[in-house]
Amino acid sequence: MSERLTKSAARNIFYGGTLFFLAIFIALVVQSHLYILNVSSNNDRLTESIIRGKRLWEKNACIDCHTIMGEGAYFAPELSNVWDRFGGKDDPEGAREGLKGWFAAMPTGIEGRRQMPQFNLSDQDLDDLIDFLKWTSEIDDQNWPPTDAG
Amino acid sequence: MTYSSQRVALYYFGGALVLFFVQVLVGVLAGAVYVMPNLLSETVPFNVIRMIHTNALIVWLLMGFMGATYYLLPEETETELHSPRLAILQFWLFFVAALVAVVGYLFGIHEGREFLEQPIYIKVGIVVVSLMFLYNCTLTLLKGRKTAVANVLMLGLWFVAIFFLFSFYNPGNLSLDKMYWWWVVHLWVEGVWELIMASILAYLMIKLTGVDREVVEKWLYVIVGLSLFTGILGTGHHYYWIGTPGYWKWIGSVFSTMEVVPFFAMVIFTFYMVWKGGRKHPNKAALLWSLGCAVIAFFGGGVWGFMHTLAPVNYYTHGTQVTAAHGHLAFYGAYVMLNVAMMTYAMPGLLKREVYNQTLNMWGFWLTTGGMCFMTFTLTFAGVVQTHLQRVMGMNYMEVQDQIALFFWYRLGSGVAVLLGVTLIIYSLAIPGREGGRVSTPQGAPNPAE
Ligand code: HEC
Ligand code: HEM
Ligand code: HEM
Ligand SMILES: [Fe+2]
Repeated sequence: MSERLTKSAARNIFYGGTLFFLAIFIALVVQSHLYILNVSSNNDRLTESIIRGKRLWEKNACIDCHTIMGEGAYFAPELSNVWDRFGGKDDPEGAREGLKGWFAAMPTGIEGRRQMPQFNLSDQDLDDLIDFLKWTSEIDDQNWPPTDAG
Repeated sequence: MTYSSQRVALYYFGGALVLFFVQVLVGVLAGAVYVMPNLLSETVPFNVIRMIHTNALIVWLLMGFMGATYYLLPEETETELHSPRLAILQFWLFFVAALVAVVGYLFGIHEGREFLEQPIYIKVGIVVVSLMFLYNCTLTLLKGRKTAVANVLMLGLWFVAIFFLFSFYNPGNLSLDKMYWWWVVHLWVEGVWELIMASILAYLMIKLTGVDREVVEKWLYVIVGLSLFTGILGTGHHYYWIGTPGYWKWIGSVFSTMEVVPFFAMVIFTFYMVWKGGRKHPNKAALLWSLGCAVIAFFGGGVWGFMHTLAPVNYYTHGTQVTAAHGHLAFYGAYVMLNVAMMTYAMPGLLKREVYNQTLNMWGFWLTTGGMCFMTFTLTFAGVVQTHLQRVMGMNYMEVQDQIALFFWYRLGSGVAVLLGVTLIIYSLAIPGREGGRVSTPQGAPNPAE
């Protein structure tokens, strides 16, 4: 490595540059935080029920089989748009019933097909969870995923 | 090994190897469930298997980093550790917390954010363990010689703990949750863990090649500078599709592409040092792992990372088997191989033996590395087909999975090879070889570079 760059100069560039980029990053994340709250995520419609739904989502670790907005495990279908896949945009009641029926039918027990466990959720729990999935489907996420298949 | 307190590293390396084996075994189980989906589905569902696999990985890597730190800090600072007893206590706390977490997972006791499934009391335990660790090491550093290796390593370790604190912030808004979740996950592996990686590699280069410390440490600052200048804003490659503003597509694409540079620099660095040093250290296996680490990290992180990091590509590949391919090779190359390199270097001294079992260890290297590469290729093929069928043609997820079933069999096969390789590695590190495998130069020979 060039003789002109001394060790202490390299060290100073490292510390100074890191602080510089960290500052930019933090500023952009603050801006993004406000953008999420005010623009992209319908935060004003984030009800208690949706938050309870999110906690159920976490308690049952759905993320370790499914992806949601593309993040999680790759073992089971993407769920950020499952509300749309079940026809929620045109027929919200039908989608809700459809999803409840889905949870009730698990596990399918079909030989050679991946299984989703039975979580024994109450009707209230199911409504919360479905509210959470519906709210998630409405986040403005730059039109991801590309197709309805998720 | 010249300081008696270095011996506490043995606890950490032992614990790490146990969890390494568990992690890979459970990984093979997860791979088996992919192709035999009814396996265990009623008793231990896939999500539980997966969280044990990934959590065991992260815990043993951290345990290995701690062991490495306890091993190299006395040599770097030229003083004994502040408190070896605290270090041993800290180890048992950490190890027991990990076991409690795993047993809890089997009984369905967990939280539910990927990689951060630990119940809150385990998370608090991790913070306590980290504080004990940082206290012990920081006091050691303060009373001794402050080399660049030790400084960068400690800086990295402090920020590992600081960023972990974001795992306690879990807002009800999913987009916000995800944005800060990456502060733990991305800023760890593509930020501060790279400081740990570069400083441990620098230490190994000083020891194994005998190149002058001044030269090595200048490289070290340049590499970690490149890592953080690119890696911090590179977080943007996870802010494309989670409800964050559109400008991240530009920032994320540009900066994460440049993240390849520090990984490439580590390849140049290690090979250049070996060429320049020309010293024949008897521990050839440790050198093999060090060079392998830089190379596979470059392919797994750099090449496989770049493959899907540009926003227009990531739009299609996001959250497919392509991601799994990259995740495996990157973690393996950068952090698994780093830990094995350090253990291969340190174990003979810690066990008061001459360098031993080199052949077996190197067989383990080739089998494991070959297996991981093959697994990465199969998952990449699976991911490309999946991306096309599902993201372009719009075919239903489950039908697509049937189309790529064959690749999952290959993944399982390569996983079995990895399991065998890892068994060889662990055996060769823990069990002394026969007389014939020994080399006569002692490990602790005086180092001309010091
Ligand atoms: C052990 C893995 C596993 C876990 C845990 C799991 N799922 Fe599933 N899920 C699956 C699989 C596999 C399918 C596809 C099954 C099929 O098509 O036969 C599925 C399908 C679904 C579907 C239908 C998707 C579609 O596009 O048709 C919904 C909705 C769903 N899961 C919701 C959830 C929720 C909510 C949770 C958490 C409470 C959860 N899942 C936990 C494995 C899992
Ligand atoms: C040392 C070697 C290994 C490392 C470093 C490793 C690392 C990882 C990581 C980081 C993930 C999460 C991936 C992501 O979220 O994108 C993961 C998941 C997984 N790993 Fe491994 N792993 C290793 C070995 C194995 C082996 C040997 C197998 C067996 C075939 C295996 C099978 C799996 C499976 C099936 C998943 C779940 C992927 C999914 O969600 O679909 N792993 N592993
Ligand atoms: C050694 C360092 C690295 C490790 C250990 C690593 C590991 C991982 C893991 C485990 C994931 C999956 C996270 C999840 O579960 O959602 C991931 C995602 C990703 N990584 Fe890396 N990575 C590294 C370096 C890089 C680099 C250098 C790049 C870019 C050049 C990169 C680009 C990406 C991208 C774009 C994703 C998102 C994939 C998606 O959209 O699904 N990574 N990485
Ligand atoms: Fe990243």
